[in-house]
Amino acid sequence: MTLLVLEKIRKSFGAVDVLHGVDLEVAAGEVVGLVGDNGAGKSTLMKTITGIYRADSGSIAFGGQDILPLDPGQRRGLGIEMIYQDLSLAKQQDVASNIFLGREPTKKWFGFLPGFVDKGLMDRQAAEMVSRLGAHLPANSRSVGSFSGGQQQTVAIARALTFNPKLVIMDEPTAALAVREVQSVLDLIRRLKSEGIAVILISHRLNDVLAVTDRIVVLRHGRADADLVTARTNMNEVVARIVGGTGQQAAAAHEERG
Amino acid sequence: MSVTPAEPGLWARAQRGSVERLHIRLESLVVLIALSAVMAVLSPFFLSFSNILNILLATSTIGVLAIAATYVIGSGGIDLSLGSVMGLSGVVGAHVAVELGAPAPIGLLACILAGAAAGYVNGVLITRAYVPAFIVTLGMLGLARGLALVISEGRVIYGLPPMMVYVGQGRPLGIPMPVIIFLVAAVVAHCVLAYTKFGRHTLAIGDSESAARAAGIRVEHHRRILYTLSGALAGLAGMLFMARVNSGDPTSGLNYELTAITAAIIGGTNLFGGRASILGTMIGALIMGVLQNGLNLLAVQSYYQQMAIGAVLILAVFIDQYQLRKESRV
Repeated sequence: MTLLVLEKIRKSFGAVDVLHGVDLEVAAGEVVGLVGDNGAGKSTLMKTITGIYRADSGSIAFGGQDILPLDPGQRRGLGIEMIYQDLSLAKQQDVASNIFLGREPTKKWFGFLPGFVDKGLMDRQAAEMVSRLGAHLPANSRSVGSFSGGQQQTVAIARALTFNPKLVIMDEPTAALAVREVQSVLDLIRRLKSEGIAVILISHRLNDVLAVTDRIVVLRHGRADADLVTARTNMNEVVARIVGGTGQQAAAAHEERG
Repeated sequence: MSVTPAEPGLWARAQRGSVERLHIRLESLVVLIALSAVMAVLSPFFLSFSNILNILLATSTIGVLAIAATYVIGSGGIDLSLGSVMGLSGVVGAHVAVELGAPAPIGLLACILAGAAAGYVNGVLITRAYVPAFIVTLGMLGLARGLALVISEGRVIYGLPPMMVYVGQGRPLGIPMPVIIFLVAAVVAHCVLAYTKFGRHTLAIGDSESAARAAGIRVEHHRRILYTLSGALAGLAGMLFMARVNSGDPTSGLNYELTAITAAIIGGTNLFGGRASILGTMIGALIMGVLQNGLNLLAVQSYYQQMAIGAVLILAVFIDQYQLRKESRV
């Protein structure tokens, strides 16, 4: 079942054209790798899906519904979550405040004053979510800015998974992690897939992409230049499509640059 | 990588506890008590009941402005027009009641509406025209003051109806009305900031605008509400001051934004947003009130008081930044 359909998405910032008509489809429970050189438009494309950016033209359908007119909050409400490369955490707030940011459960004070945040419920559910991820945080009441990079990422992941998402977009989730933490992120992606949750993975670490994805889409010069089935491709082909050349030479050059 | 931190001392634990549970910085409370103790020793009159009411009365206007400063600075913004908008509001209220002959409640309402209107203009310019808050509210500082002088033709408007004066000078149960209104406003503002979605989103925006946006918070919409609220609170302060001095004075509230912002910063509001509490700000406002009152009792020239307030602002920000660097986050 097709979950997300992007058609002819265009986006420019002033005179700079970033996306020139991107087509992309993601099925439920499918893991799609999105790769491309720096400046290919990967993050911009993802932000048009979450609604942070508004596409200049084209259409985006999610679960058969046109979501272009919706704001980021409404799109989250439909089940689109994103783990940003910079994590987008409110660093002076505690764990629960970050996980529930924008969706705080409320209760009535004295039975009639509405709109008060149920911090007790938030704290309990946040602690539950963090332990379900198998992670340990120093203290849930501490501001997340005092955590290590990996711990902060745990909070960002918990935020993306707490509200039963249908699609999780991960922008370079392994770039800043230690080896063991990378493995747990890859395991998490497999677990999400087994639960029927679609994942779009942006990563420069092609080994990771080849290891967990079903399909790899190569973004080049603002277009979806190639759509490869992971089981039938290899590192060399992916690298060649990224840099635009065809031969081993280009691949080797890319590898050397890291 | 993970270094086990040394077991924090009693003071450090109490500090953290007070920040997490009560949303206040313990240092400011210590400063308030120490300052009061010094004043009590220097002046036997300081701790008398009537003088304490005096302090609260003087703090009420600044305190309401400081609430506004806390919300706006907590959201990562700044409102430099607080004092001028306060002056404008008092003049508008007095003008509506005295020159236009409107009933007293309309005059009181006019104060708050005038403030809210000025704040809304600030908010629209900041969020729709993308002019930085610093510049917009600095411009409004001049605009509102000038408009107050235009409306009043440069004169003080006397002769308010008795009911309006009661709001400033009445003493139900012996407690001045401005103090009662101020305390109610502070309690409401505290509950909203600390316990509601609106308050949490305010601090989240100040903490990380991109995080707030990604979470689906309508940042611009929220900011417009905040600046309008800030203006409305400046209007409330203007109403209290006008009623207390029984006149609409176009020069009232001059430099009050300095004191209000100082009170908010002393109270633990992060100058760059993300952390703020009304309880802390109230302690900050009381510190400013005690400082001014004590210097008055000691017959220190008001010129020096102005200098003291400015020095305290810089000192408070210095201490805040020093602590942040020590905790080595950001």
